[in-house]
Amino acid sequence: MNVLNFIQAFFSDGSHWHGYDGIPTRVAEHIQYSLQALAIAAAIGLPIGLVTGHYGRGGNTLALVATGSRSLPTFGLLVLMVTWLGFGLTPVMIPLVVLAIPPVLVTTYEAVRSVDPSPVDAARGMGMHESRILFQVELPGALPLILGGLRSAAIQIVSTATIAAYVGLGGLGRYIIDGLYQRNYEKVVGGATLVALMALVTIGVFWAISRITVSPGVRRSG
Amino acid sequence: MIRIDSVTKRYPDGTVAVDRLSLEIPDRSITVLVGPSGCGKTTTLRMINRMVEPSEGAITLDGVDISRQPVNSLRRSMGYVIQNAGLFQHRTIVDNIATVPRLLGWNKARARSRARELMERVGLDGSLAKRYPYQLSGGQQQRVGVARALAADPPVLLMDEPFSAVDPIVRKGLQEELLRIQDELGKTIVFVTHDIDEAIRLGSMVAVMRTGGRLAQFAPPAELLSSPADTFVEDFLGVDRGIRRLSFFTSETLELEKTPIVAVDATAEQIASRSTSETPYLLVTGLDGRPLGWSEPGDLVAGDITPEQLLSYGHPFEYGRDSLRAALDAAVLSPTGWAVAVDGAGRAAGVVSQQTIGEAIRAAHAKGLTDAKVAG
Ligand SMILES: Nc1ncnc2c1ncn2[C@@H]1O[C@H](COP(=O)(O)OP(=O)(O)OP(=O)(O)O)[C@@H](O)[C@H]1O
Ligand SMILES: [Mg+2]
Repeated sequence: MNVLNFIQAFFSDGSHWHGYDGIPTRVAEHIQYSLQALAIAAAIGLPIGLVTGHYGRGGNTLALVATGSRSLPTFGLLVLMVTWLGFGLTPVMIPLVVLAIPPVLVTTYEAVRSVDPSPVDAARGMGMHESRILFQVELPGALPLILGGLRSAAIQIVSTATIAAYVGLGGLGRYIIDGLYQRNYEKVVGGATLVALMALVTIGVFWAISRITVSPGVRRSG
Repeated sequence: MIRIDSVTKRYPDGTVAVDRLSLEIPDRSITVLVGPSGCGKTTTLRMINRMVEPSEGAITLDGVDISRQPVNSLRRSMGYVIQNAGLFQHRTIVDNIATVPRLLGWNKARARSRARELMERVGLDGSLAKRYPYQLSGGQQQRVGVARALAADPPVLLMDEPFSAVDPIVRKGLQEELLRIQDELGKTIVFVTHDIDEAIRLGSMVAVMRTGGRLAQFAPPAELLSSPADTFVEDFLGVDRGIRRLSFFTSETLELEKTPIVAVDATAEQIASRSTSETPYLLVTGLDGRPLGWSEPGDLVAGDITPEQLLSYGHPFEYGRDSLRAALDAAVLSPTGWAVAVDGAGRAAGVVSQQTIGEAIRAAHAKGLTDAKVAG
């Protein structure tokens, strides 16, 4: 049996489409974990990236933190968190957030830094407050890059959120881990396929977000 | 009035960009800061809106020390135009122009209608309103920059090399536009350039700065040209300052020859009677009175004068409106050595020889007729 047959078998099996272990439930759980992790990473990474980018300070510290957290093994961190905090959602969220912060933070910082300085100078000369300069001049110009950072963070989260299954939670990782355990390769391949599809959907969603939020003036000139 | 009172700016790295500079910038006129690169022009300009704080000395606006005024409201009372316009790429042209009115709390509709008014004022077609900056030429972007600076009708306008990134023809158009706008609005404009021609064209007063941030001379342009304070200013003005100075003398003092002009339908008697011994050529005009070209009287056959047989006259000058510089240029470029003067409607008003222009120049210099700048 080849992979395509596995996929076909997995998706055509009616029992995989409902119940607590059905595809809709697992997908919903996976989305929930991913969104939560991304929201937390963004809530930390975006403000810090925006402010440090605006004032142009702390770039080296950021790079250091980013490299440091990138070198942390996600799975190791999960194990550590579980031994420390016990089972639950929090020990899963922490490695995912740690994974997602560097791309969000570093890209946001770089994006704000790379905005053309002359509109910023003009804005300051017109008497715009610093916060307005950040949100109304720098952010719109930096948005395409910032969304790119969020997108790579989101993709990493989506593919890594499978670790939730190791600590007894749901999500698409369930199929992979259970499948491996049960030697049910149809399930493993099916789960992996779903994860890949979700990554593709994530790319699509970010494309749509950037169509809506990035000004045509920036999209074309940037 | 903006008063710069022995202001020094020392940057943290020790560079002295401006050194004990004192200037009184008169209201409702254009004051130009000019000088070689790095002489502290931008620094001086940016101290006026507190983008840079002086290390020593003070700047007052209408008698009030600007360092005591809230910085953002000070800046909102001064339009600011920079070299490559610095437009907001994510905003449409109207919304770019509406920026300061919006900052001042105007509602969107009012700010936009004001922005459209300004587009017209700076010579931008209304159809550009909904475009984004990247869809405009450099010259148009610069006009938007000027409109944006004028939007909240600030009494003061600070301009830092606003026209230096566009080609010479567009630059000339922008300069004329600025002078026209200034005629209408009477702003207090501080204009930075490194181009001495631009300084002389635009400035009512010109401050020449030298490297090290010191003032070399502060004078009206005509005075700068006639009596440069030292060799630095003289060198900076260039070798043709004598010719440039002619821009300040009106062509009104020229005595025009009206005899050697015939219409294209002239009779043989007219051709004969209009030829004089002093003028070896006749200027032929069309039936509308506009000049067509020169010819030797002997080559003209009544009833059979064709434009192709005529010698070009180069370009005419407008009598009374253009300067002696334009008249001299017209004479130098004319193959006959005679300049053609036209009236406001472009009809030939007379002709004048290089020699006559030379006499007028000497007379003007003797009388020092340098009060007002004339066009061209
Ligand atoms: N932020 C700064 N820190 C240190 N030195 C500076 C800074 N800004 C300008 N300078 C220096 O101060 C001097 C004057 O600079 P300024 O920008 O005012 O010159 P400028 O006359 O506008 O020159 P240009 O015609 O090239 O624009 C230069 O020697 C410049 O290198
Ligand atoms: Mg400068």
